[in-house]
Amino acid sequence: MQIFTKPNFNFIRWRWHAIALSAVVIGAGLAYMVSRGGMPLGIDFTGGSVIILKFEQPVGEDAVRSALAAMPGEKVVQQFGAASAREILVRLPQTVEREEGGLLDRDVRTATEALRQANLGNFEVIGTDVVGPIIGAQLQRKGLMATLFSILGITVYIAFRFRFSFAAGAIVATFHDILVTLVFLTWFGYDLSLNVVAALLTITGYSVNDTIVIFDRVRENFRVMRRDSLEHIVNTSVNQTLGRTVITAGTTLLSVTALYLFGGEVLEAFAFTMIVGIISGTYSTVFIAAAIAIILSRQRDQARVPAPPAAEAPGGGGRKPNNRKNRSSQA
Amino acid sequence: MDKNLRWRAIAIIAVVAISIWGFYPPAEKIKLGLDLRGGVHLVLRVQTDDALRLDTETTMEQLREAVEAKGLVNVTFTGVDPTRFRVDGVPQEQDAAFREAAVEVETRFNRESGTAGSYGFVMKPNMAVQLREDAVEQALQTIERRVNELGVAEPVVARTGAAGDHILVQLPGVANPQRAKDIIRSTALLELKIVEDGPASTREQLLQSRGGVVPGNMEILPGISNTAAAGDRAETVYYLVRKVAVITGRDLRNAKPSLDEMNRPAVSFSLNADGARKFGKATGENVGRLLAIILDGRVQSAPVIETRIFDEGRISGTFTQQEVQDLSLVLRSGALPASLTYLEERTVGPSLGAESIRSGVTAALGGLLLVVIFLLLYYKLSGLNAIAAMVINLVVLLAMMSYFEAAMTLPGIAGFILTIGMGVDSNVLIFERIKEELAAQKTVKQAIAAGFDRVFLTILDTHVASLIAAAFLFQFGTGPIRGFATTLSIGLLSNVFTSVFVSRTLFELVLSRRRAATLSI
Repeated sequence: MQIFTKPNFNFIRWRWHAIALSAVVIGAGLAYMVSRGGMPLGIDFTGGSVIILKFEQPVGEDAVRSALAAMPGEKVVQQFGAASAREILVRLPQTVEREEGGLLDRDVRTATEALRQANLGNFEVIGTDVVGPIIGAQLQRKGLMATLFSILGITVYIAFRFRFSFAAGAIVATFHDILVTLVFLTWFGYDLSLNVVAALLTITGYSVNDTIVIFDRVRENFRVMRRDSLEHIVNTSVNQTLGRTVITAGTTLLSVTALYLFGGEVLEAFAFTMIVGIISGTYSTVFIAAAIAIILSRQRDQARVPAPPAAEAPGGGGRKPNNRKNRSSQA
Repeated sequence: MDKNLRWRAIAIIAVVAISIWGFYPPAEKIKLGLDLRGGVHLVLRVQTDDALRLDTETTMEQLREAVEAKGLVNVTFTGVDPTRFRVDGVPQEQDAAFREAAVEVETRFNRESGTAGSYGFVMKPNMAVQLREDAVEQALQTIERRVNELGVAEPVVARTGAAGDHILVQLPGVANPQRAKDIIRSTALLELKIVEDGPASTREQLLQSRGGVVPGNMEILPGISNTAAAGDRAETVYYLVRKVAVITGRDLRNAKPSLDEMNRPAVSFSLNADGARKFGKATGENVGRLLAIILDGRVQSAPVIETRIFDEGRISGTFTQQEVQDLSLVLRSGALPASLTYLEERTVGPSLGAESIRSGVTAALGGLLLVVIFLLLYYKLSGLNAIAAMVINLVVLLAMMSYFEAAMTLPGIAGFILTIGMGVDSNVLIFERIKEELAAQKTVKQAIAAGFDRVFLTILDTHVASLIAAAFLFQFGTGPIRGFATTLSIGLLSNVFTSVFVSRTLFELVLSRRRAATLSI
C-alpha cells in the first residue's frame, strides 16, 4: 500500500501563502488572547485551589455554583469526567496573599463547608490541589525556563549538525507551533497548566523531529543534485519524505486521539494540546521550516551568485563546518 | 544463519528475558505515583527566621544576666530583627564593665558601637547561615520521625527549592490528609515555666500590682481556663510567667497518652537525666506555686507544685482522645526548631487514582491497538516486524523504569503513548526508505541494508533533539512533568535500540532463511 506514489507537489511555491496564513491565524489568536487579558493560566501558575467532589446524587453545576456564591473572586464549576460519575470540579482563585501558616487550604475548607450546608446530598472530596503564591511563581519561572532552554538546546544541536539557516528555520517552525497551539488552547477555553506545558515541550521535540527528517534529506540531496537550485532540492526532499511525514503524523494522532477520548479528565488538556501541536507541526514542517531555510540561505548566498547553494559551499562562508559526515552506505 | 546474526538474535532474546524478569510481576515492581495511587503531596517552608530570632533573644537574655551581674542598672535591651538586638543606656563610666560582660556574646555576634552608651549586636553571617541550615535539617528529621510514626509506607521527605528551605513531603495512600497535615506542621514547642502571677481574666489585671509594666525577665501568656470543657478553646485567661523555661520539649525522654485525676485525656511524659535534674531543682524551690505547662506559647494548664518532682509529669487540659494521641506523637518526635508554612498541597483520593489508572490504561491500550491495526494494514508482514519492535520497546521501558525505581504517573502513561508514537515513527522512516530503495530497482537485501544505513543518522538526530528537550523538562520540571520526562527519556533510549538493532536483525533473520525476491512491505 502506498499513500503517495512519487508525489511531486510544489510546496515551495506556496511558501508565501503559507507564511501569510500562519501570520493571520497567530495574529488573530494573539489579538483574541490580549483582548481577554492574556493566556488563561491554571492554578499551577496563578495559585489557587481546585477541589474535585464526588456526589451521591446527580447534582447540577448551577446548584454548586449558587452554594458557593458567597465566596469571593471568579469561581469555575464544571462537570469532571463523564456525567454518570457525578463528579464536579470547583476552582477557586488565589485569596491567600502570602504564606499564612496552615491557612493555605482555608478556601477549600470554606467551600466544602458551604456545600455541606447547601443540602446537595452527600459528597466526598476525592481530590484537592492548593498552590500557594510562592510555588505558583516558582512553577511559572520553571516552566518558562524549561521551554526556553529546551528550544535553545535544540537550536544549538541543529546548528551544529546542519547549518545555521536550517536551525533558524527549525526554530521559527517550533515557535510557530507553540504559538498556534496556545492560540487554539485559548480558543477552546483550556487553561495553561503544568501538564499542558509538558505537552507543549513534547510538541517542540516532535516538530523538530519532523524538521530534522526533511533537512536530513536535503543534506543528502545536496550531494546528488548539485546542479539543481536550492528550491528544487528542498521541494524534492519534502516530497520524498512526504509519505513518512503523513504516516507518522497519522499514527501519532491515532495514539493521542485515544488519549483524548479515553485518557480521562486530567489528560484531556494534555491530549488536546498534542493533537493541535501535531497537526500544526506537520504543516509547519512542510511549509514553514523549509521556506525559512530557503529564504535565509538565499540571502546569505546572494553574494556568491551563481554558485549553487551546495552543501560544500556553506552559506556563511564557512562559519560552520557543515558537518559533512560520511555515511556508511554512501558508496 | 551467519554467526554474527545468531549472536545478535541471542542478544535480543537475552535483553527481552532480562527485561521481563526485571519488571515481573508488575504490580510489585512498578511503583505508582501519587496521582495514580492516591495520597498527599505537600511542600512546606521552614521559617528559618524563627530559629534565628530565638537564638538572638536567648543571647540577649544571656547578656542581660551578665550585665546585671556586673551591677549595671537601667540598661535596656531591645530585639530589632531576627539577627539583631540593641542595648541602650550604658553609663559612660561603666562602659568598660559592659564591654567585659559582652565578651562572650561577641564570639557569635558582632558589636557595632553606636552613640552615647548604645550598642547594636548583629549575628555573624556565617553563624546565621549555619543556624538556618541546622533549622531546616532539624525540621526535616523531625518531620521524618513524625511521618514514620504515622505509619505511612514509602513516604518521601526531602529538601527542595532554590533557597534550600522548602521541604517536600509525599505520603502515598494516606486516608486522613488533614490529620497528617496538622501533625507535620504542629510546632509542639513544650515549655514548663514558673507562674509569677495569675490566672487573671485580662492582661491589665495582672499588671496592676506592677505599675502596668511587664518586668524584663517575665512575660504574659494566654491560657485556657481550668474549668473549660474538652475541646473548648474559647475561654481565655492570662498568666504572668518567668521568661526562662524550667524545662522544654528537648528534655523529654518519652510521652504517651494517659488520663488525669478527673479521668480526662492527658499526656504523661518522662524526662531524661538532665531534664530531671533541672526539674527537681526548680520544683523543689517553688513548692506551693503554679507551674505553667505551655504548648506553642499557650498555657494548657497550671497545676500547683505540691512537692518536689523529678522525672515525670503530665500535661492535662481540655484535650480530646485524638488530640492526646497526636500530641504524644509530636512530643516524642521532638519539637520543630522553627514554624512551618504550607506552600503547596495536593491530595488525591484513592478512588480518583483508580479512575486515572483505568482511563490511562484504556487510552494506552486503545492507542496501541489502533497503531497495530494501521501497521498491519499498511506494511503487511513488515508491519509485524514494527509491532515486535514496539512491544520489545515497551518491555524494555517497563524494565528500566523498575530498575531506576521511577514511579509510574499519569503523565508517565502519556510518555508511554508518545514512546509508541516515536517508535513507530522510526520504523516508518526505515520502511519508507526501503520502499524507495526497492522502487530504485535494488534487491531486497540491498534495499533493507540501504534503508537502515541511510536512516540511522536521521533517527540519531531526531532522538538526540528529543532527548535534549526531555533533559530540560526533567531539569526544570516538577512533579508530573518529571514523570513524563523520565518515561520519555527512557523510551527514547530503548527506541534507538529496538528500531535500529532489533528491527534490522528481524529482517535479516527472515531473509537468511529464504532468498526473497520480494518483500511484503
